[in-house]
Amino acid sequence: MAKNKVILYAVVLTISFLAPFVFPTFGTQLATLWLMIIVAMTWDMTGGQMGYNSLGNIFFYGTGMYVAAVISIGMVYNVGDYTNAAGGGIFEFTDQQYFTGLVLGIIGAGLFCSITALIIGYITFGLRGPYFAIGTLGVAIAGGELVSNWDWVGGGQGIALPVYPGDLDEGKVFFYFLFAVTGIVLFIFLKWFYRTRFGAAINAIRDDEEKADAMGIHTLRYKLITWAIAAFFVGVAGGISGFQLIHFEPLETAYQTINLGIFMVVCVLLGGKGTLWGPIVGAILFHLFKEVTWNYFLGWQWVALGALIIVTVVYFQDGVLGWLMHKRPEWFGIRVENKSSGDAR
Amino acid sequence: MDQILSNISLLFEFPVVNLKIVIDGLMIGALFALAAYGLALVWGVMNVKNLAQGDFVIAGGYVSWWLVQQGVPPLLGVPAAFIVMWGIGWVAYKLVISRVIERDLFTSLLATFGLAIMMAQIMNLMFGSDTQSVDLGYKTLYFFDELIDVPIAKLIGVLMAATLAAGVIIFMKSSRMGQAIRATAQDARAARVLGIDTEKVYAFTFSLNAAICGAAGAIIVMVWLIQPFYGITHSIRAFVIVTAAGLGNLPGVIAAGLGIGALEQYGAHIFGIGYQQAIAVLLLLLVLIIRLFQQLRNRQVLK
Repeated sequence: MAKNKVILYAVVLTISFLAPFVFPTFGTQLATLWLMIIVAMTWDMTGGQMGYNSLGNIFFYGTGMYVAAVISIGMVYNVGDYTNAAGGGIFEFTDQQYFTGLVLGIIGAGLFCSITALIIGYITFGLRGPYFAIGTLGVAIAGGELVSNWDWVGGGQGIALPVYPGDLDEGKVFFYFLFAVTGIVLFIFLKWFYRTRFGAAINAIRDDEEKADAMGIHTLRYKLITWAIAAFFVGVAGGISGFQLIHFEPLETAYQTINLGIFMVVCVLLGGKGTLWGPIVGAILFHLFKEVTWNYFLGWQWVALGALIIVTVVYFQDGVLGWLMHKRPEWFGIRVENKSSGDAR
Repeated sequence: MDQILSNISLLFEFPVVNLKIVIDGLMIGALFALAAYGLALVWGVMNVKNLAQGDFVIAGGYVSWWLVQQGVPPLLGVPAAFIVMWGIGWVAYKLVISRVIERDLFTSLLATFGLAIMMAQIMNLMFGSDTQSVDLGYKTLYFFDELIDVPIAKLIGVLMAATLAAGVIIFMKSSRMGQAIRATAQDARAARVLGIDTEKVYAFTFSLNAAICGAAGAIIVMVWLIQPFYGITHSIRAFVIVTAAGLGNLPGVIAAGLGIGALEQYGAHIFGIGYQQAIAVLLLLLVLIIRLFQQLRNRQVLK
């Protein structure tokens, strides 16, 4: 079993390392796939493992984008002047300024989002079940609307970041690896995280919050820390996206509530809620489905996506991994009583 | 900031402006209350939180708008939208909603969100993404030296909304089906034991909800604007109203609807029209937080 796992990880790592060189034309697509994997995994931290279904995690994505932009621009120029000119060529960035801005911007985006999650979570984690979902959805929509009215960061026009100072194809590979490394770090972190006592505690919150409270788990603290970690990674992903997209605007790109905000939930449900690999499998399947419909059913892609959401939620809520776990429990090391112990190792 | 302060001082300098804002808000709030009543009905009877509520409203508006384009008199659009949306609601119930009633609440929330995305996009493909409205061609009444303008179209809209609401209330109170719906809301299992076909009641309730929303939308298209993607804001308003008023509290729903209409108009006046959507959403958060603190007092946990 252990040997199989090593081979599996090696294969996955090799594929993710070679992918942008084997399929150079799909560079941006593959980067987007990693983005989906990251947001799906972070959504599963609260949604799958802790039982708090947030519809507002996209808030941290948009906030991360804007924080990264403001930090990287603000280090060199006055942000207000910059957005007024709408990136009109007067503002040059040297290579060094670009990369310092990029690194600090992305890290700053993550940290800022963590702090925001602590503040918002302090209020919203009192809400239970669907109220939490609606409340966080409200936070995300309100965030987008407020930013789109805030002229200092460009208002509804959005904001333009400096362009990657090198070859265009090189830039694509660069951003691919930024996403990929973030995703791999997140995966390793989660693999460790779910095995700790902390992971057990958030599972207890999912299963029965009142009992967990009675057992002496300080539930609010656990919920806040989990959400803050999730927000950190979403913020980082948002920051990278901001630099990758170069230009973005608040409602459709940054706080895209009905696009990425709902996609991440569907990814997790499709792959299997509350499992380590589920969000990854779901994100890959969903991204494939999305790109196929985008290419062949242009115009009807949203209808197809809505239908996919409904079908997944209504008929297939356990997801691929949940279904596999039911059919082939031995693959997951689950011992089934009435089987011979030979194949349930 | 100066703009906001001057807008506020305008309210004190010319008190009549307040009256105008309140009248506008109450007229639009009556329509919000209609959609919220439908949501409360579905929520209470079958425990489904319908995020596609606003899209039913917009769809009803488009039915009426399309008929007007075909030369049908605008006022006939309201009953037509009622009937068409009844059918659409029934189809939506049979395909999606009937399968999520027994499931947990997040399932119904997400499934109806999928439905909302689908409906908004189908309307976008069918009617284009421009804002649309229907001009009734009636005069506008003026009061207080033309400071307050009340279009007769809006008055007719409010009147129709009130008639519809009254009709639904009487129906729920006195008809056999209304009694069955209320019985199912109280205890579905007991209702089943006593011979009520709850499946039929659920289908009827959801269709009725869609029809009410459709009629509200047909009125909204006469007095305001519709656009395929405005649905989500209407859904959120309906949630605000129901969360503020509580389930099964009809006077509360009407009061909250009118109040939210007025508050939104005030907000739009003070902060600018661009903030109108944000205000609706922030009101939701405010209501949730207030409710949370009320609940907190009842929750008994050792700290």
